Amino acid sequence: MAALEIGRVLDNRQVARDKYVMDIAAPATARQCQPGQFLHIRITDTYDPLLRRPLSVYDVLFDSGIISLLYRVVGQGTSLLAKAAVDEAVDIMGPLGQGFTLPSENESIILVGGGVGVAPLLYLARLSRVRQCRVRLLLGAAGGAQLGAASRFEKLGVEVKTACLDGSAGYHGVVTDLLEHEDAGDYSRLYTCGPAPMMAVVSSWAQAHGLWGELSLEEHMACGVGACLGCACQLKAFEPGYAKVCTDGPVFNIQAVELSPDQARKEGHNE
Amino acid sequence: MNSRPMSYPDLSTDLGGIKMNNPVAVASGTFGYGREYEDYMDIAVIGAVIVKGTTLEPRVGNPPPRIIETPAGMLNAIGLENPGVDIFLSEHLPYLRDKGVTVIANLAGNSIDDYAAVAAKLEGHAGIAGIELNISCPNVKKGGLQFGTDPVMVKQVVEAVKQETFLPVMPKLSPNVTNIVEIAAAAREGGADALSMINTLMGMAIDIEQRRPVLGNVFGGLSGPAIKPVALRMIYQVHREMDIPILGGGGIMNARDALEFIMAGATAVSVGTGNFVNPRAALDIARGIQGFMQDNGVKQISELVGAAQPR
Repeated sequence: MAALEIGRVLDNRQVARDKYVMDIAAPATARQCQPGQFLHIRITDTYDPLLRRPLSVYDVLFDSGIISLLYRVVGQGTSLLAKAAVDEAVDIMGPLGQGFTLPSENESIILVGGGVGVAPLLYLARLSRVRQCRVRLLLGAAGGAQLGAASRFEKLGVEVKTACLDGSAGYHGVVTDLLEHEDAGDYSRLYTCGPAPMMAVVSSWAQAHGLWGELSLEEHMACGVGACLGCACQLKAFEPGYAKVCTDGPVFNIQAVELSPDQARKEGHNE
Repeated sequence: MNSRPMSYPDLSTDLGGIKMNNPVAVASGTFGYGREYEDYMDIAVIGAVIVKGTTLEPRVGNPPPRIIETPAGMLNAIGLENPGVDIFLSEHLPYLRDKGVTVIANLAGNSIDDYAAVAAKLEGHAGIAGIELNISCPNVKKGGLQFGTDPVMVKQVVEAVKQETFLPVMPKLSPNVTNIVEIAAAAREGGADALSMINTLMGMAIDIEQRRPVLGNVFGGLSGPAIKPVALRMIYQVHREMDIPILGGGGIMNARDALEFIMAGATAVSVGTGNFVNPRAALDIARGIQGFMQDNGVKQISELVGAAQPR
């Protein structure tokens, strides 16, 4: 069940040129979080920016009641968030939305993340490892300095393969090229989050091989609870109407979604 | 100084026949059918829940993007996405009735017959306290001209709905007009029991990278604190000219804002965009109004209605 909670900033550090990780003490919310869900964060007490910002849950330390958020500074709201100091209060609404379907014990799963889109995959990896799953992550970024998340996955025992557009680390190219070296038959589930063109390629690869998969979408939101209908998204499974990213998602089965590689994403690109 | 313990102030109000326990409602389209917010409060405590706009047939709404944040506000172009009046009556109303929520239905349509037909379908169903009319819809028979911008059409649509229902009828006036008093007068002539003021202001935003409008619908309705002064002015003007209960709203975020609306002439207030920022806003505001009344020795909320008008 979602609730309002005033959390406290424990840490808010820059991890790459435009990316930050914020750790928040929010025990009530932490206990409820499922991988793939998001928190709706009030950025300021003033009215500009006015609306809350939906941010994916990056990691949860259940016993210590700590939630981590990985976010990219893209505008006014996230710029202000990046300035939040230790011990500052954070107004949290959540957790919200439909998270990922967790694998059963001992499954073998593959994660594909692009840029800040890797955020919802870490807590998924953590809980999957608790279930003794074999987890492989294909992680793409613009440059090697943007691959900081890799070590957090490696610490959980995840097999990580990286790709960079500038060739500074790992494979030189787009992360989806790494799929050519994967055998879909090795896995029972695929999970992906990142820029729409990336997810479109990942999704068609999975569907071509009959691999079950889920992906996570993002959209501008106002209420976050399915009331305002502002985050409507055109998805195959919801036609002729629209899906609400906030409550129908943000995680959807890949079969429900038909992503075209040129489907323009406003923000959150493979960076 | 009065040394007796002061009794709780009375926040109950009568909005043209709609009885409210406190004067703070939540605006249509910002609170779904109430249940979306149940994790955050007992929704029966809210003065009134004005549910999502209902049309005769289901509507899928506008293509995305549907919303965009603007300075101290937001634009929306949802396009009346809703499951239609039959689903409202079979799936949503019984739930709200069982919860004891004070429900105001919100009607929308593209012809006078549409409005009348939805009103007729609502008639006789227990659990509806009143009807708000969204008259910011285009009238297809008049080339898409919005009902709310023409006094003749406003009067006609209110009359048509009044003929179909015994419930109090409250048109929600569009601010996108030159003379709001003229529109309010037309609504009253048509038999309106109260006025809801104001709907969103028409606006737009442009994406300079893509060189095109941001919203799928190009234009959208501006709401939030940015429009509060406009709403206050219009309510003040209408209350000065005529004696009809007003549900005032437009960027209300806190009790101070709400009290401004009440003192301008609103009998009750509605919180819209504020719900997105604070899901408990309606309750917090009602509590804040109560505190103001206690601090200022106000026994009944009606004592404050129009208090800022010239005496």
